[in-house]
Amino acid sequence: MTSANQIRMPAGGASASPAGSQTAERASARRAETRRKWYEIVGLTTPAVAIYVMFVLVPMGFAVYYSLFRWRGVGPPTEFVGLRNYTLAFQDPIFLDALRNNAIIVFGSLLIQGPIALGIALLLNRRFRGRAVFRLLVFVPYVLAEVTVGIMWKLLLTGDGTVDALLRSLGLGGLVQPWLADLDVVIWTLLAVLTWKYVGFAIILLLAGLSNVPDELTEAAAIDGASWWQIQRHITIPLLGPTIRIWMFLSVIGSLQVFDMIWVTSVPAVRSLGASATMATYMVDNGFFARLWGYGNAVAVILFVISFVAALLFQRFLLRRDIEGAITGRAK
Amino acid sequence: MATKRRACAVLALLMTSVLVVAGCNSGGDEASPQSELYKNPVTLTWWHNGSQDGPGKTYWEKVAKDFSALHPTVKIEIEAIETNQLQRTRLPAALLSNDPPDIFQAWGGGEMREQVEADYLKEITGQVKTEVANIGSAAEIWQVNGKQYGLPFRMGIEGIWYNKEMFARAGIAAPPATFEELNAAVTKLKAINVVPIAVGAGDKWPAAHWWYNLALRACSVDTLKKASTDRVFDDPCFVKAGQDLKAFIDTKPFQPNFIATPGQNDPTSANGMLANGKAAMELMGDWNRGTLDTVATDTAKLATFLGWFPVPAISGSPGDPKAALGGGDGFSCSKNAPAECVEFLKYIVSPEVQKGYAETGTGLPVAKGADAGVKDPALKSILEATSGASYVQLWLDTAYGSTVGNAMNDAIVAIFAGNGTPEKVVSAMKAAASK
Repeated sequence: MTSANQIRMPAGGASASPAGSQTAERASARRAETRRKWYEIVGLTTPAVAIYVMFVLVPMGFAVYYSLFRWRGVGPPTEFVGLRNYTLAFQDPIFLDALRNNAIIVFGSLLIQGPIALGIALLLNRRFRGRAVFRLLVFVPYVLAEVTVGIMWKLLLTGDGTVDALLRSLGLGGLVQPWLADLDVVIWTLLAVLTWKYVGFAIILLLAGLSNVPDELTEAAAIDGASWWQIQRHITIPLLGPTIRIWMFLSVIGSLQVFDMIWVTSVPAVRSLGASATMATYMVDNGFFARLWGYGNAVAVILFVISFVAALLFQRFLLRRDIEGAITGRAK
Repeated sequence: MATKRRACAVLALLMTSVLVVAGCNSGGDEASPQSELYKNPVTLTWWHNGSQDGPGKTYWEKVAKDFSALHPTVKIEIEAIETNQLQRTRLPAALLSNDPPDIFQAWGGGEMREQVEADYLKEITGQVKTEVANIGSAAEIWQVNGKQYGLPFRMGIEGIWYNKEMFARAGIAAPPATFEELNAAVTKLKAINVVPIAVGAGDKWPAAHWWYNLALRACSVDTLKKASTDRVFDDPCFVKAGQDLKAFIDTKPFQPNFIATPGQNDPTSANGMLANGKAAMELMGDWNRGTLDTVATDTAKLATFLGWFPVPAISGSPGDPKAALGGGDGFSCSKNAPAECVEFLKYIVSPEVQKGYAETGTGLPVAKGADAGVKDPALKSILEATSGASYVQLWLDTAYGSTVGNAMNDAIVAIFAGNGTPEKVVSAMKAAASK
């Protein structure tokens, strides 16, 4: 990239040598053009940048600042404690539980949702009667508000609720357990609910990706005698790569920050014992309910840093080819 | 996916913080002299927690309307907010800003101490001498260092609500007066196949209240008073409370799967179980009479079987058997609220308004002369027990403030869940006090 520019630049300079007055005219026209471009850029982006600074960067700065104080949210923060809130967080077993739960949700989402979504998307990409209806049904859970879904599952999963009754009627009464109250079970229950809710999103994304796979390729392969599975394995899935990687990226970031489903569905007692806490619920529990505002801000900063690093690593290693030019590349 | 919502949570935490800066340079004290009262039109904003539809909510609307009718210069704007939201997020944020509500719900204890230290509240000692005298010792909870910063409108002690019909069926002659008798009653109730005691451990505090009551029995009044003011929890009686609790839980008096049961307001909750004849007892405060009604499928039947008795004593313990755990609700005026705010506060706790409040059946009044409004027999027995109590300890989580209170409740619930210890409760309280 850089070598190409180095070659091009002297060439541009060389072309500016003929007839003096003409050059000056052209240069001033170019300068006016540049100035106009800058006015446009500044004029069009200022409102957005101002809003971004005011509602994203400034609060983030305050979060970092307040995280250095021992502050209960009563009166202005005065007791500077440095990084004490951060060390306290990493010493709290409940916070470590929350980190573990976030990790379970991140990997659980990738390893469970991914294959299910891919399988269903490949099936739904074939032509059959009622395909549109199936596509719609698969997407329904994702459209519902997270809080609605949380309350719905909470009602279904209460002791002797619908889920238990269903299991019993199927002769699987032995499987019945306190889904949302058993400290060892609850995180897996929540993972199942999250999967139910978000698998539709992955499927829709993959279906969109599949529509970009040219029919000629698969037809050619079919003529060459490739089986359906061989076509998927060697043509479709590799061409879906960019879509899969974008989904993974969104899924990881979403899983790190998951809040409302956990907050609504799990029981407060179970959550505060660490069994179903995530970093975000831990932040609210401590920031608001225990009224440790400085500490809550420290947790918010930790959550931000972890998400940010995950996003950067993803961009650097997995998304690099897909977004070349879009984010990291140079505008031409 | 969850980004936007997380952002909201963070933003809420942060934006309120931004407001601090804005709030720092707000104006000074603008208390107008007594002669200026009702001269200029004022609007009082009033935040209370009567957010659920019912007699509590409509009564406050009536009170505001009546006051405006008496004093046409005063307009009152009500905002009714659910308790947790009001207490944990809305009020702290509003108080940090330069536009707090004029009159708002206040729970006294450790939280009020913090608010006074931050100079948020109007000191009203001189203006409410008559009201304080009429309310009596209950008003002390709304004092900090002997000065009055708010007044209660509701106060009551906690006890055990029970199903008289089930007690009769199980052959329990009289409400238990000691824990030995309570254990015997639990055994008898199990024999007729009913859940002896419902507890909403899912919401933490209803479970924690069992520990509070056992601490009240294990600790002397002096120890409890000292713990409230100094936040020192070295006395071995606090560990003893946890040991007693563990022993009690081991007798399996509670419903199965209690760690998932909510405390109130829902038919599957602990008070829903009592209200609908699925459990025989529940430990709860005086407001339970109102909440039981909202979750009962048959309120007439509920009224026939509902009874109340004080928390049993533990024989041979240093705690005063006549001491009780309790608390109330009150209102405070913010520091820069107009003088009319205090007048409205005085109106709220006046005997007539208090009598009307008592008639709603949502809680026990505090002002003398309002007792006649209490009609329900269960509430009447609480009123008697409250006036007969030798010492009323404010709910420990309120008394010690949110930080210690939250850590304490979590550690107590861990005992209920089977992975906590009596010692860990005390160490969690100490750790939180230093956070």
